[in-house]
Amino acid sequence: MRSIPFSSYIVRFLFAFAMIGSLTACGSGERETQRAARDGILLFGNGSEPKGIDPHLVTGVPENKIISALVEGLVSYHPTSDLESSPGMAERWESNADFTVWTFYLRDAKWTNGDPVRAQDFVYSWQRILSPELGAEYAPMLYVIKNAEAFNTGGLKDFSQVGVKALDDKTLQVTLGGSTSYFPLMLQHYSFFPVNPRAVEEHGGMTDRQSGWSTFDNYVGNGPFRLKQWVTNQVIEVERNPDYWDAKTVKLNGIRFFPIDNINAEETMFRNDRLHITNQVFPDKIPVFAEKMPEQLRNDPYLGTYFYRINVTRKPFNDPRVRRALALSLDKKLLVEKVTKGGQAPATGYVPTGIPGYEASTAVSFRPDEARRLLAEAGYPGGKGFPKTEIMINTSEAHRKVAEAVQELWRRELGIEIGIYNQEWKVYLDNQSSLNFDLSRSGWIADYAHPSTFVDMFTTGNGNNDTGWSSARYDALIEAARRAGSEEERVRLMHDAEEVLLNEMPIVPIYWYTRVYLLDTKVKGWYPKLLDNHPYKHVWLEPDASEAGK
Amino acid sequence: MPPPISAAEIADEALVEGSSLWKDAWSRLRKNRLAVGSLFTFIFIVLFCIVGPWISPWEANTQDLFLGATGPSAQHWFGTDTLGRDLMVRVMYGGRISLLVGLVATLVALSIGVIYGATAGYVGGRTDSAMMRFVDLLYAIPFTIFVILLMVAFGRSLWLMFVAIGAVEWLSMARIVRSGVIGLKKQEFVEAAVSLGYSHRRIILRHLIPNVLGPVIVIATLTVPAVMLLEAFLSFLGLGVQPPDASWGVLINEGQQNMEIYPWLLIWPAAFFATTLFCLNFIGDGLRDALDPKSAKD
Amino acid sequence: MLKFVIARLLQGILVLLAIYAVTFFLVAATPGSPFSTERAIAPEILAQIEAFYGYDKPTSERFFTSLTNVLQGEFGPSAVYANRTVTQIIAESFPVSLLLGSLALLVALGIGIPAGILAAVKRNTWLDYIPMSVSMAGICLPTFVMGPLLALLFGLILNWLPVGGWFGPEFWILPTATLGLYYAAYFARLTRGGMLEMLNQDFVRTARAKGVPETTIVLKHCLKGGLIPAITFLGPALAGIISGSFVVETIFQVPGLGQWFVRAALNRDDFLVLGLTVLFATLIVIMNLLVDIAQVALNPRLKYD
Repeated sequence: MRSIPFSSYIVRFLFAFAMIGSLTACGSGERETQRAARDGILLFGNGSEPKGIDPHLVTGVPENKIISALVEGLVSYHPTSDLESSPGMAERWESNADFTVWTFYLRDAKWTNGDPVRAQDFVYSWQRILSPELGAEYAPMLYVIKNAEAFNTGGLKDFSQVGVKALDDKTLQVTLGGSTSYFPLMLQHYSFFPVNPRAVEEHGGMTDRQSGWSTFDNYVGNGPFRLKQWVTNQVIEVERNPDYWDAKTVKLNGIRFFPIDNINAEETMFRNDRLHITNQVFPDKIPVFAEKMPEQLRNDPYLGTYFYRINVTRKPFNDPRVRRALALSLDKKLLVEKVTKGGQAPATGYVPTGIPGYEASTAVSFRPDEARRLLAEAGYPGGKGFPKTEIMINTSEAHRKVAEAVQELWRRELGIEIGIYNQEWKVYLDNQSSLNFDLSRSGWIADYAHPSTFVDMFTTGNGNNDTGWSSARYDALIEAARRAGSEEERVRLMHDAEEVLLNEMPIVPIYWYTRVYLLDTKVKGWYPKLLDNHPYKHVWLEPDASEAGK
Repeated sequence: MPPPISAAEIADEALVEGSSLWKDAWSRLRKNRLAVGSLFTFIFIVLFCIVGPWISPWEANTQDLFLGATGPSAQHWFGTDTLGRDLMVRVMYGGRISLLVGLVATLVALSIGVIYGATAGYVGGRTDSAMMRFVDLLYAIPFTIFVILLMVAFGRSLWLMFVAIGAVEWLSMARIVRSGVIGLKKQEFVEAAVSLGYSHRRIILRHLIPNVLGPVIVIATLTVPAVMLLEAFLSFLGLGVQPPDASWGVLINEGQQNMEIYPWLLIWPAAFFATTLFCLNFIGDGLRDALDPKSAKD
Repeated sequence: MLKFVIARLLQGILVLLAIYAVTFFLVAATPGSPFSTERAIAPEILAQIEAFYGYDKPTSERFFTSLTNVLQGEFGPSAVYANRTVTQIIAESFPVSLLLGSLALLVALGIGIPAGILAAVKRNTWLDYIPMSVSMAGICLPTFVMGPLLALLFGLILNWLPVGGWFGPEFWILPTATLGLYYAAYFARLTRGGMLEMLNQDFVRTARAKGVPETTIVLKHCLKGGLIPAITFLGPALAGIISGSFVVETIFQVPGLGQWFVRAALNRDDFLVLGLTVLFATLIVIMNLLVDIAQVALNPRLKYD
């Protein structure tokens, strides 16, 4: 007997009652989502208040969601796939045979202050984000460009030696440090976005971090939408930009971005018909939504890996056998089905599935017997004598639950006791980067759809390595991949590097992400995207016919 | 003309008076049905949390992932949580932690507050006003920021957390003790003790503090729930007890997020938490009524 | 009285200075920096950011620089929210908290004081127990339970009120109720205590013996004195209530000050932490002063000292 039916009746009753309540608009007239749909306004749950909307200074997802409505880079998001780029400010582009020199041909487009968008604007913008004085955190994204790193870290003072040049007003030539066939994919990232030089110069200049150009009053963009309203902690509203080059494609009249960091508040608002789309869904409720409102629950693949970093400088984790034992003893299928519940895939490798041409590794399957054998070989048979160690997590209900389950699974399979150490975000970051942990909860979301965004970070001394792990062979493979003549060769080298990583196991891969959220059925043209980049200009709203008369 | 009374007799009288005061207070408290009922309920809850885990066949942190969250049943009287852990045992353990947080933090607050307040009131003058300005100063620091920073710095250890919370809660205690002591200081038995040349330490500890114990106990019974609420708030922020252990605050927060789909996860811990707070508040109010000498006129 | 006010204000300024110092060094000593991010930043870039906000200087020097700026009314930029100054953030969110707080206070007083009076008059009867229990409900359930419960009931099940946001009066009701209920309990208890004390006074006995109606005794003779404890609490409560409630603001998406207290501390956004601290401390100092004046007004036996 698992549960008495009575309580489950209560549950169903409560939930059904709440559902009926939220679906029938009794007395209060037309629902907000319906009215907005008629007005062509998308109501968007956007996580948290943006820390800014200057594309060169922000680092977060909510910021990205707003900026991608306001500014357009050389390329734009493809309507249905994050594996290709659509034309943006550049009408077309070409590269030389080994993908080191790229030429972009710009279209006639305007900034919201009336200036034409010129190739020089991109040179200015990339100089700005790479200027050491600006201190842009995402500047390393541009290191793919020749000499960009040297300029950004202060070694090179002369920007003309960096590989970006305006051949004329409409032609931009970019020289890369190495062969990079996926450069147009990288260009989707907001760190490559242009800023309007005149606006920046008028409000503090190129390298002023607190430059006023990106405030509500002074903002200048070139994207499909422009700012209409900004109430802190409440709403940021954008409206259709009539001067956008592709304005005829844009179907929405506007988008309201609501910063809601509390997951339950967001869900309540969605069910209260105040949002068309949520940022997330509480994991335990996913099965309920799947049953009660399947047409509104979205579960899209998402290019990211959830894993635990292992500090290989600490005993007993300096022994690769111990690390392998941890990784092989985890029943990840059970974990994703019973704990995370969002349809995530158990990670059998580090680089997630979904990147065309790159087959995900299957090296880390569930092999508890082998794990126990490895642990015994390392000197801890049945977990005896295993020192007291901890999983460090940052404060979050979801991470806590995963860690509690992992703790129990390791206890069961290996007989080892591992504690959990819940840390507030900033302390957690400090501890992680100073290797002050045993095991650390981590996640990595791709910046662009290519394995390099994952494998590059575990090279020796990389700022994002954070495990103390170092392998000459791995470094050599990554370096070779960077110089590879063909895409096939590059991918093969990266694959080899991943196998080295998974053999040494400085990380315990747990699952590959999915994006789970609620989406109103009135929203159309919203496709599953691997990187969750949704081009708003292709999205439209259809009011419910049944409600139209109200 | 009555015979002269020695200073020592006056000084000791206060101690005797103390005991009869308690007797009167108890008889008055017994008349307050709500307070008495609260007291028994509270004792029951405390026993439930302390003894329960020894009797229950379940372990607080043992999971059954295949089982998951299930409603109350014959095996799991309170149901299980989303990781398949028995909720009743978790509520018991959570109660131990929450009550301990309340108790220890209150004791910390009590010791700092009583000694600080009594010293300030007894010494008086400039020292007093300097000491009280310091209390004013701490009052004016925004509590949220202060507690978060303390938790961030000391969140690692449960004991440091108690101390940190206690260190925030002693302020009202100090104020009340001080005003009580100032009132007492002018009374005969204290002047008598002074004239006998008793040490300040002895006067404060033997004569002053016991006589302000009434209001202090009242404040203490009201501080425990305040601390428990604060702990719950910290759990809401995720800064509470380290997992997999859980206080009532953690359990309630978890339940609150699941309240529509697994209502028992909210109902049980919230019921225990609210009942405990109810009881403590009514016990505190009852004690205040009972210990208030003026109400003796009833 | 003027002398009293001036003396208290001078003391208040000292308190503010001391608090400023305490907070500054507390934030400086807390691990974590406003600039730590999940993705590694090159040390050269981090150094540039730190230099921009003056973090490359020793703590003591930073303290004096920031103090000088604050004394000139310059609270500085937020280290985390680009292009926003501390003054702007406070100016945007404080009016919202002020409104929410005032409404909640009305609810708290409206429920708490009548409940307290009734409870005191009908002491140890069901008319004592029931109103006290009801008003106590607000502090026995944490606001993060009360809030979602009200949201579920009125927002989703009954569908009477909108949930989430601060767009008009219909949005104010649920947050106000949640916050107000929490404080109602305190006012009820303090009023009950104060009223009991007054009702036990000798003059009440005399009045009763003379046959003065009970209503007159309660409302005319005891109410003024009986409210003193509640008014004493009003000061700190008011400062707390109008500087926002993190939980209520989070649950109902109210763009108030309370979220910033938590966010500033978690971000280690020290200029913002300091600005908020100064604001809060100033409120406390002023409220306490007003409370003292009100107490003297209610109780002629007290004098300014």
